[in-house]
Amino acid sequence: MPTPIRIPTNLRKLTADRDTVQAEGGTVGALLDDLDRQFPGIKERLCDEQGRVRRFVGVYLNDEDIRFLGENETPVKPGDELSIVPAIAGG
Amino acid sequence: METSPFFSSLRCRECGRPYPKEAVHICEFDFGPLEAVYDYEAVARVLTRESISARPRTMWRYRELLPIDGEPTVGTQVGFTPLIRSRRLAERLGVSELYIKNDTVNYPTLSFKDRVVSVALSRACELGFQVVACASTGNLANSVAANAAAAGLTSYVLIPADLEQGKVLGSLVYGTHVVGIHGAYDQVNRLCSEIAGKYGWGFVNVNLRPYYAEGSKSMGFEIAEQLGWKLPRHTVVPMASGSLLTKIHKAYGEFAKLGLVDATPATVHGAQAAGCAPISSAMKKGTDLVRPVSKPDTIVKSLAIGTPADGYYAIHAMRETGGFAEDVTDEEVVEGIRLLAETEGIFAETAGGVTVACARKLLEAGRIPRDESMVLCITGHGLKTQEAVAGKCGEPRLINPSLREFDETIGSELGSASA
Repeated sequence: MPTPIRIPTNLRKLTADRDTVQAEGGTVGALLDDLDRQFPGIKERLCDEQGRVRRFVGVYLNDEDIRFLGENETPVKPGDELSIVPAIAGG
Repeated sequence: METSPFFSSLRCRECGRPYPKEAVHICEFDFGPLEAVYDYEAVARVLTRESISARPRTMWRYRELLPIDGEPTVGTQVGFTPLIRSRRLAERLGVSELYIKNDTVNYPTLSFKDRVVSVALSRACELGFQVVACASTGNLANSVAANAAAAGLTSYVLIPADLEQGKVLGSLVYGTHVVGIHGAYDQVNRLCSEIAGKYGWGFVNVNLRPYYAEGSKSMGFEIAEQLGWKLPRHTVVPMASGSLLTKIHKAYGEFAKLGLVDATPATVHGAQAAGCAPISSAMKKGTDLVRPVSKPDTIVKSLAIGTPADGYYAIHAMRETGGFAEDVTDEEVVEGIRLLAETEGIFAETAGGVTVACARKLLEAGRIPRDESMVLCITGHGLKTQEAVAGKCGEPRLINPSLREFDETIGSELGSASA
């Protein structure tokens, strides 16, 4: 079952301006890999050379920052929703 | 539209890619923050001690170093708050040269946030926004609401639902749209990032953040000018996102670069509340990897940001200048508020208590030598966070309007000398 992923404004050039897309995968990391298959180049915007989410990127599974869960290994269940949100905001 | 000969563009702080001066705050490629770029040679030709001194006493006397194109239109009276040479607090802390930068009396909403908002909203007007908004722990909401009202802009302020009453009322009164979110500040912030992309509003600390953040530099400029055109050896700054600390550091550097002050060492130290100390914790561990705090637990709501946007840069500013970070308990915060009030007559909000209490710890630990000059940044007024000290400063003694009762309750304490 595909998982909806919310795309921030600065990546929508890569998703043909769509603010929500669907991806398949049992973990957050697998979702990001599938996202990159559909929208080539998107993963390098989100992750560094080691595959870790970049310092200024927030990835949330439902409402929880994946840094508080299992990072890329965090399991994804049917009905979950992933949001990608820039970390530079507020204060 | 008029374009500034001083403020040329935005640039990603991480990869250096240039961006136009629009309502955009992060790099498309690596999500890094965008920063204003200035032509310092052009600035140096205009901005001198003499030209600054001749201008009105507001933060806009440094306008060539603030990122707008034309003349400021919002918050033109903001800033130039007092820098006070402290005697009594200095004595209590055991330091020889202590100053207090007192933004509890900043105009119009009694916190340093008026500085950032005047820049953000002046820029919002230049960019044609009719609706402005913010994610806030309270002070920013007050400032956006007030300054937007005065500028005739529609505003929405999004805040955690459990803020202090003074801060909620202090927004509502200006006729803004207050949206209380059931959640912590970081959740409010995240929601705002999503709203900003969808509604096309000017969010002062989201899509207008490169302009907004620069406003904090004015606090550093003022400190240097008010010290007689020199940099303080140490500056203690409260940290929420860490932005204020990085911008004060930047301000000192810009003044030195322009030759307005000598490039003497100027160490910046950060202060947080123990119940939400992601930056201070990372600093103490010797890493620049800021581990988010998922559930902040402190009376210092104005600093309760668990995922600080500028934590990484604040750590680097402290390290680069030989600074340290500290954090203090809620009890120490209340003691800090009372100490400042009882020695200097300044009633600060909780963040001010954090700054005073952390400064004391840094002195006791020898991180700040007692014979070097030091500035405490006091960023907001205590009337906004009365809950923090209510019941902790004693109670008034109640008597009837009778001289006998006065003699019995007060007079008797004074002893024979007064009789």
